[in-house]
Amino acid sequence: MIRVQNITKRFGNYPALHGIDLEIQPGEFIALLGPSGSGKTTLLRIIAGLEFQDEGQVYFNGDDVSDIPVGKRNVGFVFQQYALFRHMTVADNIAFGLTVRKARRRPAKAEIKARAEELLRVVQLEGLGQRYPGQLSGGQRQRVALARALAIEPGLLLLDEPFGALDAKVRKDLRRWLRDLHKQMGLTSIFVTHDQEEALELADRVVVMDHGRIDQIGTPEQVYMEPATAFVSHFVGETNRLPDGRHIRPHDFEITATGSDRVIVDNVFRKGGSWRVEGRLTETDTIVEIDVDAHEAPPTIGETVTIAARRARTFSSAGDR
Amino acid sequence: MPSMTTRKARWRAPSVLPGFGLTFGFSLAWLSLIVLIPLSTLFLKSAGMGWQAFVDVGFSERALTAYRLSFGTAIAAAFVNAVFGLLVAWVLVRYEFPGKRVISALVDLPFALPTAVAGIALTALYAPSGWVGQYLDPLGIKVAFTPIGITVALVFIGLPFVVRSVEPVLADLGKDVEEAAATLGASRAQTFARVIFPAILPALFTGFALAFARGVGEYGSVIFISGNMPGRTEIAPLLIVTQLEQYNYNGATAIAMVMMLVSFAVLFTLNALQSIRRRRLGA
Repeated sequence: MIRVQNITKRFGNYPALHGIDLEIQPGEFIALLGPSGSGKTTLLRIIAGLEFQDEGQVYFNGDDVSDIPVGKRNVGFVFQQYALFRHMTVADNIAFGLTVRKARRRPAKAEIKARAEELLRVVQLEGLGQRYPGQLSGGQRQRVALARALAIEPGLLLLDEPFGALDAKVRKDLRRWLRDLHKQMGLTSIFVTHDQEEALELADRVVVMDHGRIDQIGTPEQVYMEPATAFVSHFVGETNRLPDGRHIRPHDFEITATGSDRVIVDNVFRKGGSWRVEGRLTETDTIVEIDVDAHEAPPTIGETVTIAARRARTFSSAGDR
Repeated sequence: MPSMTTRKARWRAPSVLPGFGLTFGFSLAWLSLIVLIPLSTLFLKSAGMGWQAFVDVGFSERALTAYRLSFGTAIAAAFVNAVFGLLVAWVLVRYEFPGKRVISALVDLPFALPTAVAGIALTALYAPSGWVGQYLDPLGIKVAFTPIGITVALVFIGLPFVVRSVEPVLADLGKDVEEAAATLGASRAQTFARVIFPAILPALFTGFALAFARGVGEYGSVIFISGNMPGRTEIAPLLIVTQLEQYNYNGATAIAMVMMLVSFAVLFTLNALQSIRRRRLGA
C-alpha cells in the first residue's frame, strides 16, 4: 500500500502542493487529473523520489521512504517524452535497469537477455530489440520506455502524461493496451493526465487536483456523477453554470414546451451520438450548451426554445472556486 | 517537359528549397578561390619536382622527425583538451556561479589572441626561470624548449574547439534522461559513464578533431616555446618556413604536401567514423 501524508511543497514562493493525503491499495490504477499547474506532476515526482517534499511523508507498505533516493525506491517511471537512451539499442535500453545493478544482485548475462526478450514480447515489439530508438515511431518508443520501467519489477509504476506526445489514434490504442497490461501483470500504477476522458476510461479511482489541492478522490462514476466541487464538475465532463448557482450537464437539459428557461439558439452541430445546441439564456445572456438526442429533430438556428433541467447540482461557496 | 524533369532528378533529388544552383555555384567558386586553387598549386608544384627529389626532401630524416613531433604533440594536446575541455564545458553548462560569463568569454580568447603573444607568455611562464618553470625545474621537469612545451602551447590553442563543440550538446541533453537512469537504479557514476558520456561523445570527437587539426598547423605560438632544435623540437610547419628562408621552394612544397595528405587522411577518417555512427542511430 502506498500512503502519502500531508505533503507540502513550495517552489520558491510558489506553493505547488498543500497538505496532500492519499492512500493507494495494491493493484489499483490511479489517475492524477488536473489542469497544468495543479501540482499533479509534482506529486507524482515526489512519490517517485525525483522531487523532495518540504513537509509530510511518503510510505511504501508502511515504510517511510521520504528520505530514500529514487534509485532505491524500486519504482518504474515513464516519462512524457520517453527519455530513452538514444545511443543504446532497444534491448539495451530495456536491460539497463538490470545491468546497472551491483554484481551481487545482477542476473547473469543470458538471463538479462531473456528478460529483455520477454519484455519486448509483453510490449509487442518482438524482433525490434536491435533497433535504435531513433528508428521507432512515437507509440513504439513509449512502449520501450514502459518495458524499461517494468524490467526492474517495480513495486509501483508511475507514468507522467504517458500518452501526451502521441496522436489521437495511437493514444487510444495504447490506452486500452496499458489498461490490460496493468491487470495482467498485477501492477500498482499511478498516472498523471490532464485529459479527463483518459482518466475516466483507465483509472479505478481518479484524484482530481486543482491549485495544489485534492478536490475529490473517487471512482470515475463518482467524480462524473457526484462531483464534490464546482471545479470537478467543470473539469470532468462539461457543465453549464447558470446564474442562479445551478450546475447542469449538457445532457441533463431537455428542450420542452413546459421548460422554465428561454434560450436563443446560436449554433447546432453534430457531436458524436447527439446534437449539440449552443445558445444564450434570453434573460441573462449566459451561454448554455444542450445535448439533444440524435434521433430527435434539433432546433433551428435563431429559434427560441424553452429548456428544463432533469438534474442539477449546487455547490457550497467553499468548494466553489 | 517530363523528360527534362527526369534528367534533372538524376543529378539531384527534387527539393522545395529554391536556389540550389545559385548557392551551390557560389559555394564551389568560393571554395575554389580560398581552398582548392591554392592547394592544387601545391600539387602542381610538387608534381614538377620529380618523384626522387620529392621523396628525398619530403621523407628525409629531419622531415620525418618533424612530422612525428607535429602529429604526436597535436594528438597529445587534443587528448588533453578532450579531457579538460569537457570539464570546462560541463562546468559552464551545468552550474550557475558568479563570473560565469567572464569565464565563458575567456575560453574564446585563444581564438583572438595573436598566437605569438601566447607563445611568448607561455615561454616566459615555463622557462626554467619562469613563474611556473622555477618550481618544475628542480623536479627535473623541463617544459619550455621540449615537446612538452609544444604540447602546452597546442593545448592553449585548441581548448576553445572542444569546449564550444561539447557545450551545446551537453546543454541539449534532457534532464529526464538522467532522471530515467536514476529511477532505474543507476549510480551517478554509471549515469555519467553509460548515459551522458556516450551522448556527448560525437561532439567530443568533433572537438578533438578540430583541436588536432589546429594543432598540426600551428606555428606562431610553438616557435617561441619549442626552442626549434632540428631533429628534436623542430615542428613541421617550422621546417617548411626554414626551407622557404633558404629559397628551397621545392623542399617546402614537398613537406607541405606530406603534411596535407596525412592531415586530410586523419580528418577524413574521423568524419567517416562520425557519419557511420550517426547512421547507426537512425538520426
